[in-house]
Amino acid sequence: MQRKKQKQTHLRRGFSLVWRSIRLRPGSHTVAITGACLFSLAAVALTRVLGYATDDVIIPALDNDALSHKALWTSLLFIIGVGLIRGLGAFLRRYFLAGARYGTELIWRRQLFNKYLDLPMTFHRSRSAGELLAHADNDMIIASLALMPFAFTVGTFFLAIIALINLLLIHPLIALMALILFPLLAWMNQIYSRKIVSPAAAVQEAVGNTSALVHESFDGIMVVKSLGRSDQEIQRIRKSANQIRKHRVDVGKLRAIFEPAIFALPSIGVIFLLMIGTWLVDKGSLSIGELVSAIALFGILAFPMRIAGIFFEELPRSVVALDRIDSILELQSPQTHSQGKEELKTPSVSLSIEDLQVHHGDHLVLENIDFEITAGEIVALVGPTGVGKSTIADLIGGLQEPTKGRILIDGTPIESLSAKARKQCIAVAFQESFLFADTIRENIALGRRFLDSEIEEALKIAQVFDFVQKLPNGIEETLGERGVTLSGGQRQRITLARALVGSPKILFLDDSTSSVDPLIEKKILENLRQKTNVTLMIVAHRLSTIKLADRVVFLNEGKVAGVDTHTELMKLPAYTALVKAYDNTGTAI
Amino acid sequence: MKSERQVQQSTRGEIGDERTTTSQKDEDGEHQKTAALTVLRRGLKVSPELRSGAAITILMALIVASGSLAIPILIQQILDKGLTSTNGLDSGFIYSSCIIALALIVIVTVTQRATYNRLVKIAETTILELRIRVFSHLQRLSLADHLEARKGILTARVTSDIETLSQFAQWGAIAWIIDSVIILGTLTVMAIYSWQLTLVVIAIYLPIIPILKAIQRQQFLKYREVRDAVSETMGQVSEAVMAAPVIRSYGYQETVRSKLETANQTQFKRQVKAHKFFALLAPVMDTFSAMTIGGIVVVGSLFGPEMGLSSGEMIAFVFLTTVLIAPIWELGEVLDQTQTALAGWWKVLSVLDIPIEVEEPTNGITLPNGALPIEVNDLYFNYRTGGNVLKNINCVIPAGINVAVVGATGSGKTTFVKLLTRLADPTEGTITIGGFALHDVETESRHTTIQMVPQDGFLFNETITDNVAFARPGSSDADVEKAFDSLGLQWWLETLPQGIHTHVGPRGERLSVGERQLVALARAQLANPGLLILDEATSAVDPETEVALVSALDRLSEGRTTISVAHRLSTAERSDLILVFNEGAIVETGHHSELVNNEGIYATLFDSWLGNTQSEK
Repeated sequence: MQRKKQKQTHLRRGFSLVWRSIRLRPGSHTVAITGACLFSLAAVALTRVLGYATDDVIIPALDNDALSHKALWTSLLFIIGVGLIRGLGAFLRRYFLAGARYGTELIWRRQLFNKYLDLPMTFHRSRSAGELLAHADNDMIIASLALMPFAFTVGTFFLAIIALINLLLIHPLIALMALILFPLLAWMNQIYSRKIVSPAAAVQEAVGNTSALVHESFDGIMVVKSLGRSDQEIQRIRKSANQIRKHRVDVGKLRAIFEPAIFALPSIGVIFLLMIGTWLVDKGSLSIGELVSAIALFGILAFPMRIAGIFFEELPRSVVALDRIDSILELQSPQTHSQGKEELKTPSVSLSIEDLQVHHGDHLVLENIDFEITAGEIVALVGPTGVGKSTIADLIGGLQEPTKGRILIDGTPIESLSAKARKQCIAVAFQESFLFADTIRENIALGRRFLDSEIEEALKIAQVFDFVQKLPNGIEETLGERGVTLSGGQRQRITLARALVGSPKILFLDDSTSSVDPLIEKKILENLRQKTNVTLMIVAHRLSTIKLADRVVFLNEGKVAGVDTHTELMKLPAYTALVKAYDNTGTAI
Repeated sequence: MKSERQVQQSTRGEIGDERTTTSQKDEDGEHQKTAALTVLRRGLKVSPELRSGAAITILMALIVASGSLAIPILIQQILDKGLTSTNGLDSGFIYSSCIIALALIVIVTVTQRATYNRLVKIAETTILELRIRVFSHLQRLSLADHLEARKGILTARVTSDIETLSQFAQWGAIAWIIDSVIILGTLTVMAIYSWQLTLVVIAIYLPIIPILKAIQRQQFLKYREVRDAVSETMGQVSEAVMAAPVIRSYGYQETVRSKLETANQTQFKRQVKAHKFFALLAPVMDTFSAMTIGGIVVVGSLFGPEMGLSSGEMIAFVFLTTVLIAPIWELGEVLDQTQTALAGWWKVLSVLDIPIEVEEPTNGITLPNGALPIEVNDLYFNYRTGGNVLKNINCVIPAGINVAVVGATGSGKTTFVKLLTRLADPTEGTITIGGFALHDVETESRHTTIQMVPQDGFLFNETITDNVAFARPGSSDADVEKAFDSLGLQWWLETLPQGIHTHVGPRGERLSVGERQLVALARAQLANPGLLILDEATSAVDPETEVALVSALDRLSEGRTTISVAHRLSTAERSDLILVFNEGAIVETGHHSELVNNEGIYATLFDSWLGNTQSEK
């Protein structure tokens, strides 16, 4: 009872999936369904034409030596004409289905991409990149997969109806036989479809497992070889690959039962048809042509039935995949909150943080955060991993909202600044130095307009100008897969130039110089001090970095544990322990 | 009347499973054409499983094919003999022939099931064995063949390339066997009825082969464009997702949005365009099928009486035509898949041609217990392509000392220690360990007496016990606990949820890098090696683990020769001997106190490191 109910909801949700696609692509779907029905009509018509050719051409010509040329050419015309119409129907169905399916995917994908761009940063932090990419790739393909056999399925229902009417016109007894055969075929298809689902999924899983094992084994090839573990690895792979074999053989066994049976059923029907048909022919209530036509009709049934079976087989999978996509599409993009109008006039600004509190869901991340940075000061932010340093970067960069408290710039709350002033005033260089597969210029400008001289100046401050200048195309050089690859330090310096190019008044470096040589890092900070008025916060994991700062904000256990110079903070045992650890684990090479 | 395999293959097309209409992806991009027979011969040699009972397989295929012919023959028999206008209805004949046909269909169905089971079993066993054979071979290759750049390709050989073969085996291979038999059988029966009409059929069908081939070719090319477009879209989304913070804080949304839209549109257009060729196949096949039936009706009606053709034969002929078209269509569709599968098969087989460079000795020497001295003379090493990675390395390391190997990335220091574990053999020169040439040392002995602790502390997706115990086969849980205990790591085990039975996850990712190295140290302790090689982690290790690592290493290195690839110069500072590598050569050798005053490479490295880390000391 419960299961039946669940099946019904699956079916209903399946149809709502198809309906959504029809509403998105009504034209393509209509033409495809029309094509499918045209195909069915022509397929049935062709069996009629064969019957006509038998009665009016073949039998008179071969048995009675009374060939009518008119009938011969008429039947030729019909055979080729109906054949062409059938082909046309199949073409329309196939071609416009592609438009319907891929067009639906196009729209769903666009909606998904818009969400990816518009949902707040907290959304991205709560999902893995792999998951988001899977929605755009695999989930999308599976969600739209059930659309492919849809038009054919409609055509199949149409085919069943006209085939029955056609047979009824030929003889009620033959129609009765079809009434037994059709449901039997449909029923077998349904059982087959249902049974194959779980072993087919088991194959996929086994393939995935083996693939993961092989990957792991080659990743650890040094260990495997140097410790002589090859035999164990081979055993591991054999065991896992044997699962693939086992499940594939299981699938094979099901196919071996059902496919020959589904094929044999119409043949058995034809044999009974011949027995009854010849008796009817003898009685004079059926012509040989009509018998031939009925035989041909029985022969074309298996294939469409199978397609319809597959449609119902695919539907639940597609529904589940679309659910996953919908879980993103249903999220509300945030309202752009009321923007302030304040502008900043002073060349150098102070930054103060007042009684800040941040929750991620129910989890308290930061509380009682209070400190002030004077204009032009360089402050290092120090604290153990996971203490919330990157959260502060997000708050200042406007990627997160605090639960409580304020961030003031020169005494003005950050949210009363105009959007433009805010973007111009604050720049954050993030922990992961992400570069787009684009030119260096575009990577620095990111759609903003800057003079070459401004970009060059930023590159110079970031100590990467000499490197860029030596590239064959200078700042027009393309980065990434199809262009030059950079070292970690070079990447970080380019992203630093990106942050610097708009001459921000507040710069937050979230551990974004970790791969830069300490001596170069020192030069960068000296440049910032001498050439700009920037107020700088830098998340530091190296003692050398800490020593370059005027003061240190020490975070511990989600709170500010001290704001002072490095020397003074060394009196705190927790701070000393942390710095000692940096001391020992720092790497030089 | 379509065969069930055609049903199966056409369904794939109808449901949009592009795998059947396009070629599988080939990572290295080449779509080489290799002579089918060459591949087949080589393949049969590598996989003898394929040959087992080939005669039975063909016999079974014959029986299955006869199922397709039963109905047209029955129709002919009944129309010509059971229901003639002259003699009226011969019900006895009709019933007996129908019962024979029924029995035949049942026999065919049963045989077909057995055939199918048999083919799948043979194919899957072959594929399993081939996979293991290739994987084993890859395992035996030297380090030189396991370069980072080639890892993806090697992995693909054992995963996706084999999967391509498996998918082909499930459909294409079976199609080739059974379809050829059906086509030959149908043509034979046709020729018995009327050779003239058979010629008509062949004449009309012949042009379909080049047309199908041309469509296939186009489809192949277009689907390649689709794949490119899909990866472009995925590349763009991946940027949009990975760069989420950058995009937001720099207000870069609109540019990214329009890039995504362009990629999305291109993908859509190419998908529809590629699908056009698939759609085109249907009218082509239908036209030919209609033309053939029309041709038979015309030729048969006009010239039938002179050829002595009966109406039953003629009608059977029409049905035989429909039997014929299904396997032709199917072979047309598998043609391209076959080429790709053959190319894939060849690629997989080619792996077996990569020579195994590290030959294990027979009756090798067993290394003695205790600390081992090392001597390296005139050693050179290079990969098959490219220049020397190591050149003219000479060094003597006395037994029981602590050696630090330092140098910049790419200086050859890591390659050097890999040669000491015989992950590859030197191109020139010798390595002597414990007084014996390394290549004469027996495999087992080498694996236990030389232990390496890898940089990232790679662990297998098993429990800690499993990861440790394999260093000395037959070790019990107690032995593993003892190994941890003797390194002073009992307390660390106690912090784990399930102690030594904790699962470490893929690559050991549930533990931190430092913790993974602790496990590797315990593994080394259990093996009780005479030579210990440690590749220090480059990434930061949390302070607590760092302390544990240093003290565990101190205990472990007692009474052994230890070589550390040092990324922290504090390690070098503590060692007995330092080897400084630069551009593949040893440029400085000595103790810290000597080298630091030399004003050489080591002194520079040390200064930079001091500036980087040291506080008020």
